[in-house]
Amino acid sequence: MCLGVPGKIVAITDPERQLGAVDIGGVRREVNLSCVLEEGERLQDLIGEWVVVHVGVALSRIDQEAALWLDALPE
Amino acid sequence: MRFLSEFRDPSLANAWVRRIEAHLSGLQAPLPIMEFCGGHTHAIFRYGLHQILPSAIEWVHGPGCPVCVLPRAAIDLACTLAQDPAVILASFGDAVRVPGSSGSLLSAKAQGGDVRIVYSPLDALEIARRHPEREVVFLAIGFETTQPATALTILQAEREGIANFSVLCRHVITEAAIRAVLADPDVRLAGVIAPGHVATVLGANAFAFIPKEYRIPTVVSGFEPLDLLQALCLLLGQLAAGRCALDNQYRRSVRPQGNLAAQKAIAQVFEPIGSAEWRGLGRLPASGVRIKERYGRFDAERRFGVTAQTVEEEPLPCSQVLCGKLKPKACPYFGTRCHPEQPLGALMVSSEGACAAWYRYQGE
Ligand code: SF4
Repeated sequence: MCLGVPGKIVAITDPERQLGAVDIGGVRREVNLSCVLEEGERLQDLIGEWVVVHVGVALSRIDQEAALWLDALPE
Repeated sequence: MRFLSEFRDPSLANAWVRRIEAHLSGLQAPLPIMEFCGGHTHAIFRYGLHQILPSAIEWVHGPGCPVCVLPRAAIDLACTLAQDPAVILASFGDAVRVPGSSGSLLSAKAQGGDVRIVYSPLDALEIARRHPEREVVFLAIGFETTQPATALTILQAEREGIANFSVLCRHVITEAAIRAVLADPDVRLAGVIAPGHVATVLGANAFAFIPKEYRIPTVVSGFEPLDLLQALCLLLGQLAAGRCALDNQYRRSVRPQGNLAAQKAIAQVFEPIGSAEWRGLGRLPASGVRIKERYGRFDAERRFGVTAQTVEEEPLPCSQVLCGKLKPKACPYFGTRCHPEQPLGALMVSSEGACAAWYRYQGE
């Protein structure tokens, strides 16, 4: 239920409702982007960003650098 | 797929398992580790982590599947609304098979109710836009991960002045359920794996109370196999070093303070209620939310003047399983009176429920 899936923002589809198209494993879904928009940022700037999507809402931007730390096995 | 396949790499998984084995040598078995979230339960079984890990690690499956804790009375209320010919009842797919006192939403649909499965509350709002002549009610369930979506949908409905949309709000609060389990003296845990998507919204810090107040090492984790293995490794590292703290494994999504915009949407639309009913756990204090008066016209209970009736829950062993005191297989109904096609208890309904996960992936 609390599943969140990674996807890439590929277009802004409805600026008024802050909706964009997110490519989730090859499937495009319309997603609310309001929670990942930083202050002073334009919706357009989000294109190309990776986000975690849950029930139609982007809940976080994926920090690509933080994603890498997994490769580094401790010791 | 990016951010998925690299977290499923089998050779890296093996390296992590070896690392875990090394940590274990200095620790006393068994080590009961509770994963609170149903998403973790599902991942553990789906990827067979319980099979590749040393047997000293004992997974205790917690009550973090919102479908599994949905009380009968909530389903009954949703079924009553669905029987109204004016109403379209929209629900997540997981919830439509949850048994109420006399059937599920699926059986209400079979009896002529207009029940529709949606992926998002925003899809339910879209149905309302398309059918202005009908009343669309969305059955809102879930922890804080799902609350922002419901809140944003209500705010959008308000902005557009959509008059035929409302929400049957059964959202619950994660912390209350964790506290209920940890306060039970029979539940003894060596570590807790905290839910990564609730933490994405609320922040990793929202789980600092577990090591602080209950003295149990805690790691916020993602949902892929390598995420869970790494989280486990961090947990064992804490145990080996005699530390008791909060670590965050799921750094690519979880920030210490969470997502402030999502928290703001929640706070704008919902307010906490004194207590709420959980299937299997009973009434828990400070565990539910309702829609604020200001958005009262979007509250299905106020709008239709209906309230949930208290219903006697058939005494089932589910609550024991929810707290990790009973293994699903040990329930006398497991696989007999209770199986995924005909669930008796809610833990058999969703694939994130401990019983359904056992049934499906253990082949028993
Ligand atoms: S097998 Fe069914 S009745 Fe038994 S604990 Fe699991 S869900 Fe409940």
